[in-house]
Amino acid sequence: MTTQPPESFLELRDLRIHFPTEDGLVKSVDGLSYKLERGKTLGIVGESGSGKSVTSLGILGLHKGGNAKISGEIWLDGEELVSASADHVRTLRGKKMAMIFQDPLSSMHPFYSVGAQIVEAYRIHNRVSKAVARKHAIDMLGRVGIPQPDRRVDDYPHQFSGGMRQRAMIAMALSCDPELLIADEPTTALDVTVQAQILDLMTDLQREFNSALIIITHDLGVVAELSDDILVMYGGKCVEYGTAEDIFYRPEHPYTWGLLGSMPRLDREPTERLLPIKGTPPSLINVPSGCAFNPRCAFAGRTDGKATSQVPDLLETEGGHLVRCHMPRAERRSIWDNEIKPMLEST
Amino acid sequence: MRKTNVLALAALGTVLTMGLAACGGTAGGGGNTSSGNNNSSTGGGDASAAKHNDAYTKVVNPSDAKGGTLKFALTDEPDSMDPGNTYYAWNWNFSRLYSRPLMTYTPKPGPEGLKLVPDLAEAPGEVSADGKTWTYKLKKGIKYDDGTEVKATDVKYAIARSNFTDELTDGPKYFAQYLDAGDYKGPYKDKNLDDFKGIETPDDYTVVFKLKAPFSEFDFLVANPQSAPVPQAKDTGVDYEKAVASTGPYKFESYEVGKQLNLVRNPNWDQATDTTRKQLPDRIEVQFKQNAEDIDNRLIAGQIHVDLGGTGLQPAGRAKVVSNPQLKDSTDNPFTPFNRYAMMSTKVAPFDNIDCRKAVQYAIDKTATQAPWGGPLGGDIGTTAMTPTTVGYKPFDLYPNGADHKGDLAKAKEALTACGHPDGFSTNVAVRGDRTKEVQVAEALQASLARVGIKLTIKKYPSGDWSAQYAGKPDFVHKNNLGIMIAGWGSDWPSGFGFLSQIVDGRAIKPSGNYNMMELNDPSINELLDKGIQTADAAQRNEIWAQVDQKVMESAAFTSFVYEKTLIFRPASLTDAYVHSAWGMYDYTWLGVKQ
Amino acid sequence: MVAFIVRRVIAAVLMLAVVSMATFAIFFLIPRALGQTPEGMASRYVGRDATPEAIQGAVKRLHLDDPLLVQYGRFAKGIVAGQDYSLGPKKAECPAPCFGFSFNNNQPVWPTLLDRLPATLSLAVGAAVLWLVAGVSIGVISALKRGTLLDRAAMTVALAGVSLPIYFTGLVSLAVFAYTLGIFPGGGSYTPITVNPIMWFQALVLPWISLAFLYAALYARLTRAGMLETMGEDYIRTARAKGLKERTVVTRHALRATLTPILTIFGLDLGLLLGGAVLTESTFSIQGIGKLVIDAIRGNDLPVVLGVTLFAAFFIVLANLIVDILYAVVDPRVRLS
Ligand SMILES: Nc1ncnc2c1ncn2[C@@H]1O[C@H](COP(=O)(O)OP(=O)(O)OP(=O)(O)O)[C@@H](O)[C@H]1O
Ligand code: SF4
Ligand SMILES: [Mg+2]
Repeated sequence: MTTQPPESFLELRDLRIHFPTEDGLVKSVDGLSYKLERGKTLGIVGESGSGKSVTSLGILGLHKGGNAKISGEIWLDGEELVSASADHVRTLRGKKMAMIFQDPLSSMHPFYSVGAQIVEAYRIHNRVSKAVARKHAIDMLGRVGIPQPDRRVDDYPHQFSGGMRQRAMIAMALSCDPELLIADEPTTALDVTVQAQILDLMTDLQREFNSALIIITHDLGVVAELSDDILVMYGGKCVEYGTAEDIFYRPEHPYTWGLLGSMPRLDREPTERLLPIKGTPPSLINVPSGCAFNPRCAFAGRTDGKATSQVPDLLETEGGHLVRCHMPRAERRSIWDNEIKPMLEST
Repeated sequence: MRKTNVLALAALGTVLTMGLAACGGTAGGGGNTSSGNNNSSTGGGDASAAKHNDAYTKVVNPSDAKGGTLKFALTDEPDSMDPGNTYYAWNWNFSRLYSRPLMTYTPKPGPEGLKLVPDLAEAPGEVSADGKTWTYKLKKGIKYDDGTEVKATDVKYAIARSNFTDELTDGPKYFAQYLDAGDYKGPYKDKNLDDFKGIETPDDYTVVFKLKAPFSEFDFLVANPQSAPVPQAKDTGVDYEKAVASTGPYKFESYEVGKQLNLVRNPNWDQATDTTRKQLPDRIEVQFKQNAEDIDNRLIAGQIHVDLGGTGLQPAGRAKVVSNPQLKDSTDNPFTPFNRYAMMSTKVAPFDNIDCRKAVQYAIDKTATQAPWGGPLGGDIGTTAMTPTTVGYKPFDLYPNGADHKGDLAKAKEALTACGHPDGFSTNVAVRGDRTKEVQVAEALQASLARVGIKLTIKKYPSGDWSAQYAGKPDFVHKNNLGIMIAGWGSDWPSGFGFLSQIVDGRAIKPSGNYNMMELNDPSINELLDKGIQTADAAQRNEIWAQVDQKVMESAAFTSFVYEKTLIFRPASLTDAYVHSAWGMYDYTWLGVKQ
Repeated sequence: MVAFIVRRVIAAVLMLAVVSMATFAIFFLIPRALGQTPEGMASRYVGRDATPEAIQGAVKRLHLDDPLLVQYGRFAKGIVAGQDYSLGPKKAECPAPCFGFSFNNNQPVWPTLLDRLPATLSLAVGAAVLWLVAGVSIGVISALKRGTLLDRAAMTVALAGVSLPIYFTGLVSLAVFAYTLGIFPGGGSYTPITVNPIMWFQALVLPWISLAFLYAALYARLTRAGMLETMGEDYIRTARAKGLKERTVVTRHALRATLTPILTIFGLDLGLLLGGAVLTESTFSIQGIGKLVIDAIRGNDLPVVLGVTLFAAFFIVLANLIVDILYAVVDPRVRLS
């Protein structure tokens, strides 16, 4: 590696993760870069299949489904992970970086008790007796808000409710005080009150450990209040990046507008969407030429035909706010201010 | 019967030496064994010199060396190891290792072996003037393995139990058929043996058989292991097979029914009393229910010595042996007691016409019908009802069908014209559908008869009920127009009567279980059979059997495919081996092993 | 748990009763319906060309002329209460459980079964250990090295193993290792372990391998498929995310989930084999339950067939029960209720 280690705690540089399949090359992550500091929270949003999970798995070195091709750089606390040995990355997993997975039922081993799974995670990185580890597991379960943790510790995942399982999953991920925590849709499939509790819990814990936190979701609402920065992914690429304020108050990418428009709000029916994103997510094998979003974009006509012929670059619009769109900045601003924003606020 | 006198003298000598032998342990045995060896031509020498079929004419690897373990294996399990309760040919050979019937066969290869010699008896039976009383004197001093002496009542008891009880069902019942025993209920229901009037024992060494009618081949009947003595006190009925009281050179060490039999030397057997057996191996082991193919491989590898059943190598083993001259020299190809034949029903048209039957006789391609049995190794092409190893057999061929037996179609056509079907006719051939070889024979027959326009339809029936429900049931045969039936017969004793009486006697035709499937009822044949069995002189008698055979063949209802042969393997380690004609197997009482 | 077992045992007894009736029907009812007379049946159990009296005697002795229900009743009663049997001069006692006496060799069936069991047990258990170890390890390695030459070679051999009949592999192995090379003893050399453990072992090596080859092939394929599926499970990813070594992921997490369904099949296979490994026992002339029953079927020896059928059914039921209990122990999601 010729590049210098960055200042940031976590930095991705032009990360690409491609899967050769029988149908063709799946470009799940295609040139992604971002930075994240300790104690900060990054929200990654995007539709299903946009590459959010694969990115995170790539950081942990767990993307190796079959013969995945990875390129670019992943810098974690001064170490480059793409070129590091698999065994070294393994020693970082669980301890330095941990992940809370999408579906806690299928992500926990059905044959082992919740306690045993936490104990295992703890003992990989801490040379302690089983009894000590068990005390720690009970402690962790208590901290994530599971009542009577000393009794529930011996229960099996299927004996937990959905929310409890998610808490247990968090307890397991946090058992070794990771410095980087990635939460992959930690609240999907949970009811709204539980969602809030879980999110609160994670930020509390983050504060406690001063870890860097990545929250992945396709729901902007979830990240709205937690995130310092937000990354909007579309078709394996970042289409907009900025602070929470940038994304919520000054969004410039038509896809982000769509996401904002489909945000569920307490005062609306969840199914009722103001600005529906028409069509389906793009194929990652035959990515639409030009701007990947163009088949679904209402403003594709306003780019002098560049939308279908030229891939737009991710360009800074102001103060670290990055947007990938051919529309002139002024036009984007004016559309937001005059068309989208009033519509979103109208009700 | 000069031979008999010589043997009687020998037996007398035996009695005289008894006293000495009693003190000298086994010494008496050793002396006589060598003399037993003299009656065989000792041409060969070591194993490598032995050729294919050598054991058929002489003793291969002659040796008096004692010791070692002789190993037998059998695919089957015995019906019973009880000499009184078995119908398996091999067991009538094998059981002589531990049981001595009144008479047995001469221990010599070739036709000499078919002659009877006294065993437990001092001499062949003395027949009364009316032919209905047969008297045997027992040799004195013959002991069971526990040292007690054999008594005449033990012979009487043995026959009572084997022929007159419901429990011992496996052996033949000739004594029940021929003895004048009234309605004797058998020793299990009637504990008083004196109520058995069919046999009298005036003293401990005399057994007198009382017959319903004269039966001149009675010596053959008492050569059956059923005449071997059984002490009443030792009889445990069907369980007796587990601990047979031995009179032969070996006794039971252990017997696990259906698995394994081990025999060891019987110290109470005295060679001096026994002119036919040897006692070479220290042990004899028999494994039952062994894989047939594996038995062949073990024989060829020398891990066992004899396939006990004597039915020969399996197709795979046969192919292996035949293609290797060296291996082939280790085989013999004896006749079995079986004739494989077809019978034409004289009651099913158009076979009620002798000329139609003759047409078949001439049209058969006997090379083709020989092939399924395994070609020449599976049997010689037959032209008579009796087989070559039957006493009284004379070779002749009334229907010569070409030099190579492939059929004389011109003669067949002539016969067809004579019977009024110049263009042939259609009929059915019945066969046991689960017997592959017989089905193949039916197909070969079908093909060869088609050449003269005789169309055969093959009807397959299960072998289990073959004789009770199908081919053995004349009603069924008539109703279903079974013109030809494919069958086989092996006699219980190697004489013309033993062979012919069941299958050609018109009075033996039964509504079910009938073996005279051609329903031949020729008074002259019936009379000859009666005359023969009442003829005391063996030579005259055998002449009569040959006449019966001639008449049967004249009827043209019987046509033989093959006189069956087997291909049996004799490992180099087997000594003193010769094929005994009475069994078509090695004489199991002679065999020894190289160590 | 106790209630579960009790219920299963009751069900098992009922099932055994049904099995015995079905077997009984196959051997008695169907032939009778097809016109077989008691005499016709009896003629199988007496000597060649038996006289009508002898056949009648056999009919009486074997009670073949009784109504079928009475015959079945006698059989069922014998199992519960035992029965007597005439050997000739005296009666033989057959204490419960009495499956009757062989029609062909008059031996009581139950002691015969017990006598044959150790051979089958030795064969089945030895082979089972072998095929489980070999099949599972090959399957696991194949799955982990999926697509490599090793994987493809293993799966080709496995295909051969599944498709080659045991009498073929058995006879070939005997020809090569026993009769040509002389490394192992030939057929028919099974010796009980109590008599000579060394001979026992030597004689069983080839049967074990032949029998295990077939099953190992099957298990390798099953394990490979199961392993591939399991390795794609989310909880395997979780295990890796914890920082576990790959070997631990495989052994502690993947294997346990993969082996659980295989355990079920294994239990049933073993139970089935304890009811007799017919082909292997026949090929190697091992006097076990399988050899016993195949000969009994050939010889129409109904009491033996009934006895073995019940015996085998018992093992299958037992294996099922054990598998169910084990399954509940292994997989906490399964509750015995
Ligand atoms: N091992 C693999 N082989 C081939 N394609 C893969 C593999 N793993 C992921 N993909 C593909 O990569 C794309 C991105 O998947 P990813 O799981 O990152 O989406 P996501 O943004 O997390 O979606 P969701 O919101 O549904 O979780 C998907 O189209 C997926 O099919
Ligand atoms: S580049 Fe064109 S198509 Fe793509 S998001 Fe901007 S406006 Fe839409
Ligand atoms: Mg995802």
